[in-house]
Amino acid sequence: MTGRFIRLVAAPLLLALGLTACMLALMGVDPLAYFGLVVQRGLLSPSGLQAAITRMAPLLLVAASLILAFRAGIWNLGGDGQYLLGAVIAAAIAPALAGMMPHWLAWLVCFAAAAVTGAVWSLLPAWLRARRGVNEVVSSLMMSFLGLSLANVLIKFVFQDPGTTVPQTVTLPVADRLPRIGDGLLGGAVSSGVLVGLLAVLLVHGVMTRTAFGLRLRIVGANARAAVHAGLDVPRLTMVVFGLSAGLAGLAGAVDVLGIQGNVRAGWNPAYGLMVVPLVFLARFNGFAAIVFVFLFSVLSVGGESAARRLGVPNYVTLVTVAILLIGLAVGEALDRRRRATKAATA
Amino acid sequence: MMELMTTAFATALLAGAVTAGVPLLLAGLGEQMSQKSGVLNIGLEGMMLAGAYAAFVAALGTGDPWWGFAAGMVAGMGIAALMALLAVCLGLNQIVIGIALLLGVEGATAILHHLAFATTYPRLPPAPSWALPGLSHLPVVGPALFDRSPVVYAAVALVAVMVWIDRRTGFGLSLRAAGEHPSALDAAGGSVVRTRVAAVLAAGAGAGLGGAFMVIVGAGIFVPFMTNGAGFIAIVLAMLARGRPLMVLCGALLFGACLSATTALQVAGIDAPTDVVQMLPFAAVLLVLAIFGQGGALPAALGEAWTRGNPLGK
Repeated sequence: MTGRFIRLVAAPLLLALGLTACMLALMGVDPLAYFGLVVQRGLLSPSGLQAAITRMAPLLLVAASLILAFRAGIWNLGGDGQYLLGAVIAAAIAPALAGMMPHWLAWLVCFAAAAVTGAVWSLLPAWLRARRGVNEVVSSLMMSFLGLSLANVLIKFVFQDPGTTVPQTVTLPVADRLPRIGDGLLGGAVSSGVLVGLLAVLLVHGVMTRTAFGLRLRIVGANARAAVHAGLDVPRLTMVVFGLSAGLAGLAGAVDVLGIQGNVRAGWNPAYGLMVVPLVFLARFNGFAAIVFVFLFSVLSVGGESAARRLGVPNYVTLVTVAILLIGLAVGEALDRRRRATKAATA
Repeated sequence: MMELMTTAFATALLAGAVTAGVPLLLAGLGEQMSQKSGVLNIGLEGMMLAGAYAAFVAALGTGDPWWGFAAGMVAGMGIAALMALLAVCLGLNQIVIGIALLLGVEGATAILHHLAFATTYPRLPPAPSWALPGLSHLPVVGPALFDRSPVVYAAVALVAVMVWIDRRTGFGLSLRAAGEHPSALDAAGGSVVRTRVAAVLAAGAGAGLGGAFMVIVGAGIFVPFMTNGAGFIAIVLAMLARGRPLMVLCGALLFGACLSATTALQVAGIDAPTDVVQMLPFAAVLLVLAIFGQGGALPAALGEAWTRGNPLGK
């Protein structure tokens, strides 16, 4: 057990930290001071931990979106477009709704609108895949690029805040944003969006592993031809999976806007899709593991930003650390699999 | 007057299409080879970016753009060698490794740029061009197509080389076998790993050269994250081309034209919103897919690591 822990977690983490330390030393920065700040600002200080947990909210929803699709063998790589369009729609209607109805209803309407927007943006790739057999990697990536531009067009020409010349949507007042939670432990500064994210990941995990619907989807993912022979309506399931996955991506955008950003500026694209794809793969599409990886990533990125500001190094150090960590985790997992295979063969 | 406007517009559009399209073409041809052999090279963008930075440093240091192009190619192959080692030789997940390499290169080049050039922002001198005698004085196509950097001509010639490799060489056959049925290649005495490593290295060389072209001929300056999705467009081009190098050329020019159309329209005095123009190539591809789209034509073993006796690496 300890051997596995070292191979799977400790060694990759040490490798990433060690190589980052060498890089920092070459840059003339004290690595210990840097890592001290990362841990202190990302994990141990209340405000850092709050920021890290808050950042998990959209990432978890993106993870849920990807786990659902990937388990069903649907490579929905259009998440960034679906995310941004969902965010723009939520940002556009939220300020208008805030005065008209109770908060909870306004949030629900925004969530629904963003999810539907994301789902609509996946209709074409879904239909092409389901009815015409067109590979969805290309079509969903294309829709994503198209969506990023469309989001900018919408911001500049349709939802532009008349009060400013900066191309952005009307900013949602802090009072109308998602409530903050965690009074006792976390000082009440964590966006409740993280609950939506956790719920989504756990729900997707439960549905995929514990229900008949999830089993059907996994059969389609494992072997679509066999699924047809088993009497499953593969085209319909494909449409459903695409719609749910893209809806979750759109919802992630809404949670980001309502809980954290408050508005959307033209050209803003956090590209969470790209960031979460490797995390989800390393989690082997397991919801619980995905939560752990998303948390680790959030701590690293929040702590890294803060440490970079304090020490005057560029913020890009985190990118390198995450890259090495991803490679290390992948190597560790492969070594573990090989070891267990030899053990099983000799036993 | 009107005629002058249209000439200027057409020249700007065509020249811009070539400048923006050649990096896509070089990276796309490499990616096509890699995909044929069964490796989905998601890190292509990282290889372009590494090539762009290395080319910038080398061209600036030596004052010679040729060293820049060479350095770009070597840097692209360096990242590709990592991809080959991890994803082909060790059989790790191609998507995880590809994205990890992209993030690492993004971070590393941005840090290096921050340390070396963030206060000075040096520019490269304009790249030399070769005027083809007889052709370079033609209206419109002369300056846009026949008075360009030699790399442009080389990139177009590379299309023919790729077709030849595909159709006439044993390596071309090995490539397809490695992508469609790796175990068959292995049983026939070929080496799946060696074929795939060669293909990935070729993709790195193409992407690195493409990145170098972006810096030396296109921008004249290195900016962090400057590839800005070009690598992903090249991946999509390679997938859409269904194994035909000539289709990569057509697609690269179409995308290049759309990417540079805003500038050309400004030359013609039309102020079109950039975002709308940038949607054109993607909308065009989706329209083509929606009307003519049919079964996918990707290699059967694309994205799957291969080990002997365990054909799909699961």
